[in-house]
Amino acid sequence: MEYAIDVGKVLFWFSSIMGLASILTWMERKQSAVMQDRIGANRADIFGFRILGLFHIIADSIKMFTKQDFVPAQGNRILHTVAPMIALFFALVGFAAVPFGGTYEIAGYTVSLQVLDLNVGLLFVFAMMSMGIYGFVLGGWASANNYALLGGLRASGQMISYEITMGATVIGTIMVYGTLSLQQMNIAQGELLFGWIPAWGILLQPLGCILFVTAALAETKRVPFDVPEGESEIIGYFVEYSGMRFGMFFLTDFIETVLAAVLTTTLFFGGWQVPYLYAGGFEFPWGGSFELPVVAVMLLQVGAFMAKVFTLCFIFLLIRWTLPRFRWDQLMRLGWTIMLPLSILNIVVTGVVLLIVGN
Amino acid sequence: MAIKVEEKQLTLLERLYVLEVVRGIALTTGHFFRNMAVHIARLFGLAKDKKGSTTFQYPEERRPLAPRLRTLHRLTRREDGAPRCVACMMCETVCPAHCISIVAGEHPNPLIEKYPTRFDIDLGLCVFCGYCVEACPEDAIRMDTGVLEFTSFSREGMVYDLNKLLARSETPKPNEESKVKTA
Repeated sequence: MEYAIDVGKVLFWFSSIMGLASILTWMERKQSAVMQDRIGANRADIFGFRILGLFHIIADSIKMFTKQDFVPAQGNRILHTVAPMIALFFALVGFAAVPFGGTYEIAGYTVSLQVLDLNVGLLFVFAMMSMGIYGFVLGGWASANNYALLGGLRASGQMISYEITMGATVIGTIMVYGTLSLQQMNIAQGELLFGWIPAWGILLQPLGCILFVTAALAETKRVPFDVPEGESEIIGYFVEYSGMRFGMFFLTDFIETVLAAVLTTTLFFGGWQVPYLYAGGFEFPWGGSFELPVVAVMLLQVGAFMAKVFTLCFIFLLIRWTLPRFRWDQLMRLGWTIMLPLSILNIVVTGVVLLIVGN
Repeated sequence: MAIKVEEKQLTLLERLYVLEVVRGIALTTGHFFRNMAVHIARLFGLAKDKKGSTTFQYPEERRPLAPRLRTLHRLTRREDGAPRCVACMMCETVCPAHCISIVAGEHPNPLIEKYPTRFDIDLGLCVFCGYCVEACPEDAIRMDTGVLEFTSFSREGMVYDLNKLLARSETPKPNEESKVKTA
């Protein structure tokens, strides 16, 4: 039974991520269309049914699988094959340490809705995100194409630069909650400030939240920061990729978007916490409570987590379809001369405030 | 003489970037929710007069064509049904793309003198300049069919002969122009 619970957790979490990532490919097209007064992809149909163009997800994957699988003659065949897998693997494996629900006592079993309960969960996620760079650099290098190589270099340069900001930003959050475990952080965000405000990260670390979201968007390599890819003209590390190998890089982008949303939710938006919802049900600070069975609490909290992640994905897509791309020098200047000093300032201010409050 | 371009100085708020980002996102979000509201209202049969998009859903919806738009050619007929063309070669001569080729035959009526035994337009070469229509002294060729789609899987299929060109010889009615027409 223990194993069944574990397998069930992994399957649920994995399929939620993959499902959300593939829905994002559809959402990106439809949402951008509605934002730009268009209709968007709506032509794929099965027996005349179009259901808002949702079949385009299936059509796209059939297209990806049946296209020619091309390897450049001068390229490194093995690395060219492995690179997208590396990118996809490390994007996916980071999710393991993220909790999508609390710990519940159901029918005598203790169910902790987290695949991998590490007490250094945050470090694990960051390590896996950094390892993902190898996929992009190798993909660029193994293609034996100078443009792809330059794209891979841009990808590594950008991801390393913004990872520093990201890491420095999160230190403030770690200081506030005093833990590296993502589950502990979520539990800490269930507490109340002044007796009625939920102690979510965005309220305790507003600057940190903005910096983290910006850096996380840069990590996903999507539009305001899509210098490594630049699909429309400067072309990036996946020029020489076609078929499902390109599809893996393409999916990695969306999975990284989901990862950015999941991390932002976990660190700054209370994770699976619903305000005033505790193990026994709602307990409002102004008095009054509402009893709920454990399963209902679990479903509410997992649902809240998913809703938060989905909303953040929506906001990320809004940003992606609103802002124009940064130039490379602007990108580096933003990362190193604005965001890094600000994130260090955030650490200092957090430390000072913690000292004052602590005394 | 070199032109001096005045560089626009950004204000402090604009240089801070964050406010401008928020303004931009507010604009696109406004569009999203307004269009989404219209889409949802139309789903329930409301707000039929409003559209959630400014685009045309192409094969089902057509943009109205301008009356002078140059579209697929047609050859007009005389009252007895014979082509008006007198095979004077004016259009073939004036054509900058050399896409018209005419073979003339002798007409029994000495007032008409000639008629086309063959009249081919290679639409794969045509540049739709409309010079043939302007050059024609007999008003025998026109480009007012309103047909925009004429495709083929072969080059030969793009060559329209006398019969195909005469098939649309009647004057199209103005209100038919936005309807679905395929070649």
